[in-house]
Amino acid sequence: MKKIEAIIKPFKLDDVKEALNEIGIQGMTITEVKGYGRQKGHKEIYRGAEYVVDFIPKIKIEIIVDSSLADKVVNKIREAANTGKLGDGKIFVLPVDDVVRVRTGEKGKDAI
Amino acid sequence: MVKKISLILAMALLFPVSPGIAGEAVLDSGNTAWMIVATALVMVMTPAGLALFYGGMSRYKNLLNTVAMTFVSYCLGSVIWVMWGYTMAFGTDVGGIIGGLDHLFLNGIGVNDLSGTIPTFVFVLFQMTFAGITVALVLGAIVDRMKFSAWIVFAVLWLTFIYAPICHWAWGGGWMARMGALDFAGGNVVHINAGVAGLVLCLLLGKRKGYGREAMFPSSIALTALGAALLWFGWFGFNAGSQLAADGISASAFLVTNTSAAMGALSWMFAEWIFSKKPTLLGLASGIVAGLVSITPAAGFVNLFGSIVIGCVAGVLGYYCVSVLKHKMGYDDSLDAFGVHGMCGLWGALATGLLADPSINALGTGLFFGNPRQLWIQILSILGTASYTCVGTLGVAWVTKMITGGLRVEEEEEIKGLDSSIHGERAFEIEG
Repeated sequence: MKKIEAIIKPFKLDDVKEALNEIGIQGMTITEVKGYGRQKGHKEIYRGAEYVVDFIPKIKIEIIVDSSLADKVVNKIREAANTGKLGDGKIFVLPVDDVVRVRTGEKGKDAI
Repeated sequence: MVKKISLILAMALLFPVSPGIAGEAVLDSGNTAWMIVATALVMVMTPAGLALFYGGMSRYKNLLNTVAMTFVSYCLGSVIWVMWGYTMAFGTDVGGIIGGLDHLFLNGIGVNDLSGTIPTFVFVLFQMTFAGITVALVLGAIVDRMKFSAWIVFAVLWLTFIYAPICHWAWGGGWMARMGALDFAGGNVVHINAGVAGLVLCLLLGKRKGYGREAMFPSSIALTALGAALLWFGWFGFNAGSQLAADGISASAFLVTNTSAAMGALSWMFAEWIFSKKPTLLGLASGIVAGLVSITPAAGFVNLFGSIVIGCVAGVLGYYCVSVLKHKMGYDDSLDAFGVHGMCGLWGALATGLLADPSINALGTGLFFGNPRQLWIQILSILGTASYTCVGTLGVAWVTKMITGGLRVEEEEEIKGLDSSIHGERAFEIEG
C-alpha cells in the first residue's frame, strides 16, 4: 500500500477531487497548510512598511491506495492540479505498513 | 470662531443684562438646530470613526484594546469637560493663559443662557466633542504597547493640563486669539496638539517588540476604510459647525472640507501608486484624513481653489511622512498620529496664513491676499502649541508613570496581545 501526499493550490482542490472520483478513489483527507518553494512569497506594503509574506496557503491531500493504483492516482492528481505556473505543488509517495478500519477492525487492503 | 466669541464677549460686557437694548443676543432656532446636529456629527467621529480607523490598523490581537482606549478617551473627555475642562478653556480669562474656575461643573450656566445665538449648553457640548476626539487622536501613536490604566491617567491629566489651556489660547480669548492667529476648527488646538503629544509619548514608550523585524499586519483595512468614511461624515459637523451658525461661511467651510478630503485621498493614492507601485485602500483612507486635517484650520477662511491646493499637498505630505520620514527617523508611531495629524495639521495652519481669502471671511487675510503678517502669526501659534504640548506631555507622562508604576505593558502581555491580556476578550471568532 502507498500513501500519496499532494500539496496543491487551494483552488484546484475540487478539480483534483473530481478527477480522483472518476477513477474510483473513495476518500481522502485534506489539511490547510502554508509553505513556499520556488514560487516564493509576495510583498505587502502598508503605509510604506514592506512586509514579505513567505508562506503561501496550500492544500495538502492525503490518500492511501493499493500499490498498483499509485501511479494512476499520481498522474490524475498531476493532470488536475497543473496550471503550468510556479507554485503548482508537489506529490510524495510513501510506503504504508498497515491500515486498520476503526469500526470493523479490518486490516490491510480491505480497510482502504 | 475665535473672533466671533470675542465679539460676543465684548457685547456682553458692553450691554450687561439690559433687556430691550438693540444688539442683545437672541436665540436663533436655525443656528441652534444646526449646531445640535453638528455636535452629534462630531461625536460620531470618535467612538465610531476613529475607533474603526485606528482599530482596523492595529494588529488583530490589539484591535479591541485600541477601540476600548478610544471609547474611554471620549467618555473621560465628556465627563472632564463638564466638570472642569470647559471652565478652564472658556471661563473668564486669566492673563491670556487659562480660563477661570467660575463655571466649574457648569456652575452659573442656565437653560436660557446663550453663546452668540445658540444656547450655551450647545456650545459646551460642541466643544466637548472636540476635547474627546483630540485626546483620542493621541493614542494612534502608542497602540499595541501602553498600559490601559496608564492611558486613563494620562488622558485625564492631558485633557486638563494640555488641551484645556491650548483651547483657551485659541478659542477662549487667550493670547493666540488676541494675536490674531487663525484656527477655524482646530489645526493647532486639535491636530498639531495631538500629533506632537503622540510623537512625545511614542518616543517615551519606545518601539513595539519586533518593530521593523516582524510583519505587523493591520487587522482589517475594511474597518479602517469604514472608519475613514465616518470621520469624513462627522468632519462636516466639525468644520462647518465651527462657524457656530448656519450661514454662508458655514456652507463654504462644508464645500472646502469635502474638496480637500477628496483631493487628499487622490493625491495620496497617486503618490503611492507611483512610488510604491500599488494604489492601496489604506492609502486612500489615510489621504482622506490627511486632507480633512489640513483643511481644518482653514475651513472658514479659504476659497475653493485654496482647498484644492491644501488637499493636494496634504496627500503627498502625509504619504511622505508615514512611508519615508518615519522610517528614516526610526520612531514607532504605530498608526501615524504624528505623520498624519501633526504634519498635516502643521501644513493646514501654515496654509491658512497663505490662502485665507477676505472675500470668504473678513476675519482672515493671508499672504497671497496681501497680508504677509498673517503667516508670521500662524508660525508663532504653531511654535507656541508645539512647544507647550511637547514639554507639557513630557510632564504629564512623567506624572502618569509615577502614579501607575510604568507606562508600558509587560513584554509577555505585549506578545500575547492586549485584547486577551488586558481585556480578556478577542475581536474575532472565526472558524473555517
